[in-house]
Amino acid sequence: MTAKTDTQRAQAKEQLFEAHVRPEDWKNPAPREIYDLAILGAGPAGIAAAEYAARLGFSVALIERGRLGGTSLNVGSVPSKAVIRTANIYARMHDVEDFGAPVPEEPAVDFAMVLARMRAIRARIAEYHSARRFAARGVDLFYGEGRFDGSHGLVVAGAGVRFKKALIATGARPRPSNIPGLDKVGYRTSDSVFDMTTLPKRIAVIGGGPLGCELAQALRHLGPHVTIVQNDPKFLPREERDAAEILSRSLARCGVEIRLNTTVTGARMNGSAKVLETYNNEVEADLETDEVLLSIGRLPNVEGLGLEHAGIALDGDRGIAVDEHLRTSNSDIYAAGDVCMDLKFTNAARATALMAVENALAGGRGRHGDLVIPWCTYCDPEIAHVGMHIWDARAQNIPVKTFTVMMHDVDRAITDGQDHGFVKIHIEDGTDRILGGTIVASRASELINELSVIMGAGIGMAALARMVHTYPAQSEAIMLAARAYVESRNAARG
Amino acid sequence: MEDLADLPDDALVARLQRGAFSYFTEFCDPVTGLVADTSRKDSPSSIAVVGFALSCYPIGVRNSWMTRADAARQTLKVLRFFAHSEQSADPDATGYKGLYYHFLDMHTGKRVWRCELSLIDSALLMAGILVSAVFFDGEGDEREIRDLANALYRRVEWHWAESGTKTVAQGWKPECSFLNYGWEGYNEATILYVLGLGSPTHPLAKRGFDSWRLTYQWEHLLGHDVLYSGPLFTHLFSHAWIEFRGIRDAFMREKSSDYFENTVRSIALHREYAVRNPLAFTGYCSDFWGVTAGDGPPYGQMREDGRDRRYFGYMSRGVPYGPDDGTISPWAMLATLPFTPEAALTGTRHLLRTYPQVCRSDRFASGFNPTLVKDGQGWLSEGWYGLDQGLLVMMIENHRSGFAWDLCRRSPYIRAGLARAGFTGGWLAP
Repeated sequence: MTAKTDTQRAQAKEQLFEAHVRPEDWKNPAPREIYDLAILGAGPAGIAAAEYAARLGFSVALIERGRLGGTSLNVGSVPSKAVIRTANIYARMHDVEDFGAPVPEEPAVDFAMVLARMRAIRARIAEYHSARRFAARGVDLFYGEGRFDGSHGLVVAGAGVRFKKALIATGARPRPSNIPGLDKVGYRTSDSVFDMTTLPKRIAVIGGGPLGCELAQALRHLGPHVTIVQNDPKFLPREERDAAEILSRSLARCGVEIRLNTTVTGARMNGSAKVLETYNNEVEADLETDEVLLSIGRLPNVEGLGLEHAGIALDGDRGIAVDEHLRTSNSDIYAAGDVCMDLKFTNAARATALMAVENALAGGRGRHGDLVIPWCTYCDPEIAHVGMHIWDARAQNIPVKTFTVMMHDVDRAITDGQDHGFVKIHIEDGTDRILGGTIVASRASELINELSVIMGAGIGMAALARMVHTYPAQSEAIMLAARAYVESRNAARG
Repeated sequence: MEDLADLPDDALVARLQRGAFSYFTEFCDPVTGLVADTSRKDSPSSIAVVGFALSCYPIGVRNSWMTRADAARQTLKVLRFFAHSEQSADPDATGYKGLYYHFLDMHTGKRVWRCELSLIDSALLMAGILVSAVFFDGEGDEREIRDLANALYRRVEWHWAESGTKTVAQGWKPECSFLNYGWEGYNEATILYVLGLGSPTHPLAKRGFDSWRLTYQWEHLLGHDVLYSGPLFTHLFSHAWIEFRGIRDAFMREKSSDYFENTVRSIALHREYAVRNPLAFTGYCSDFWGVTAGDGPPYGQMREDGRDRRYFGYMSRGVPYGPDDGTISPWAMLATLPFTPEAALTGTRHLLRTYPQVCRSDRFASGFNPTLVKDGQGWLSEGWYGLDQGLLVMMIENHRSGFAWDLCRRSPYIRAGLARAGFTGGWLAP
């Protein structure tokens, strides 16, 4: 009886979600003679741009071939974080003894309920940017494949959309397999992982980037035996070694089987099992699994857009070529988000979209290189970064010094039983200018924003040291790092 | 038996140095001259341990633990072995391109365990070879030693290991070519770059050293400004041969410090970490430290005292980021003697008094973990490791007389390597 009710609820939430992002009864509007801004793609970048441009009083056409919200809402950040939250709660249940509570009986994972919660959350968030809300704001929303037919025109669902300026925000998709046999064996990506209705006993994750690590840990917390295969000697190649190694130990601690520096060279079936053929140095080994999750990066969505008709050039794997002002080789057409940026994150997509709107319509001269864009890998502990890495600064001949506070020296981290990790703030040595920082902590995704704001506001370490923080708080680590800077400076001055 | 910890400083140090030295005469193959990686049964030879052995024989002569003639014979034996052993891409060869496989059969000298042609271990071997070239300055056997040492060093194709990239590979295998590991962050590789840059025949490109230094992390950590590297041995290995006090490269000029001072600070960092003891391991205090690479309790996971404990086996441990499983290397404190003599001695005495079992036959074990108790005692590594003994012999001698440092100062190759790496000042000043 309960199960049926849960199923019905889940279906209702899914219908609600669809009604927000792709209403069945939607009728595209009749296009205006010309739009101030036409936007191709209604993911985070397209939505942000459309809302902003409409608020500024410009006429906007928003074109989406699938569902509103893009990867982030539909299959990316929102669903994965919802599931990760549940997974972490399951993991905590095994650790309650550390918190002075008796260990409960082995908690049973109900994956259907996990997914139902995820879908309910997704439906709730989708409402804020629903099709009907766009219409109410005066944005003309067109569903269908959009394609340029000239330098200032698009075609969507048979209708011509003329524009003064355009923004390409078509996003990116998971890079497909190049592993012989894997297509035949079958695999999932981050786009399809939550289409699973039951959890297999064994999952192999190929790729040790942020998504691969997040999903490997979350899935392990939910029960399956998870093996992660990474062709690099470390996880998160973009991050500092210390951070990557802490993550590696964290994955191992929760039972993820780790195969670093290992390449998957092929795949085949063995009865009902999927077999990945792996190679590590000279050692060849088979990895038998029930499900394969491929997470080896993302490819920009540039196909079928008629870019050649609009004179828009590409920049290899990066996607659409843009200048520092996000302008394409057609000076009236801009691009934003995953389709043109190295940093393929939702926050980067939104920030570049807003900048593109200002540059295109409001005489702005913003440069995307000036944006301070933090990012985070949502493992436990979380790993977040903003600004320069040490090697970036040193390559530019900037002398760097790092002020580090270990989370085991932060009272709140200790009381929370979450004292793994650190806060590192990189400064230009001899000054108090903050160049960047890396945070490994249970709440790094929140802590990094303080650093981001400080950097964006041009606040240095000396001023930061004077900022009073709540006590106890994990963010105190940032203040302690700044205080260490002041003490160090004062000591040097004698 | 007298209590080691009660001996006066000089007597204690001298006895432990001699105990460590005797490893090289006890665990040496009489035919090849190769020295065992560990004292355990059927241990192969490690070329790095041979490098330490070659560096220690002159110290043995200086301390009258062996005659100069015996030292020369022993040195010549192993140099002849390396000169005449097979150099080829064959998987059973001893080396290739003038470099050597990490582990060799003690008797045949052939590669074992399908191990890698190791850049850092070859560098440690070459460092020992260059020490012998300087020390043995007489005629007869000693002339042959010099000739062989020069030939062996000059034939190393260091630049081959760059494999067309900016940085040096950590190793190579005939089965899969270069290993997919590079050098990231400061570590023990300075000696490798110095020897590679100093080669008159096949030198490393300077850009590799520069690229490596881009990854250096100058950090304010636990109250200390350090060029960070986690495991303690990384602050010691290159320093066994080269006295970095007063000489600086571009990085250290920028930081107004030097690598010797950096080791002093890193020791302070290790002690501070031990005092804070964030993971609540048994024993850790200002006189119980030394988290580094070495043997440890076998891999496993358990709960103890309400904490999740994991053990890592043989592992490169480090502070403060870890990994740390409560294992210290008992030799490590004494090996810091040239840098922080007081801390080294008080720590070693504390260790010997509290846990005398870590030192048997006047030699320290590789690893000790008092958190993991079995039969009423902390976990203790079996036997001895050659690397630990060699480092200890050299560091004690450098503290007592600076002898190993003096020998290396006289090596034209080492001076050339330091100069190419951009080191100036101090004893390098003209």
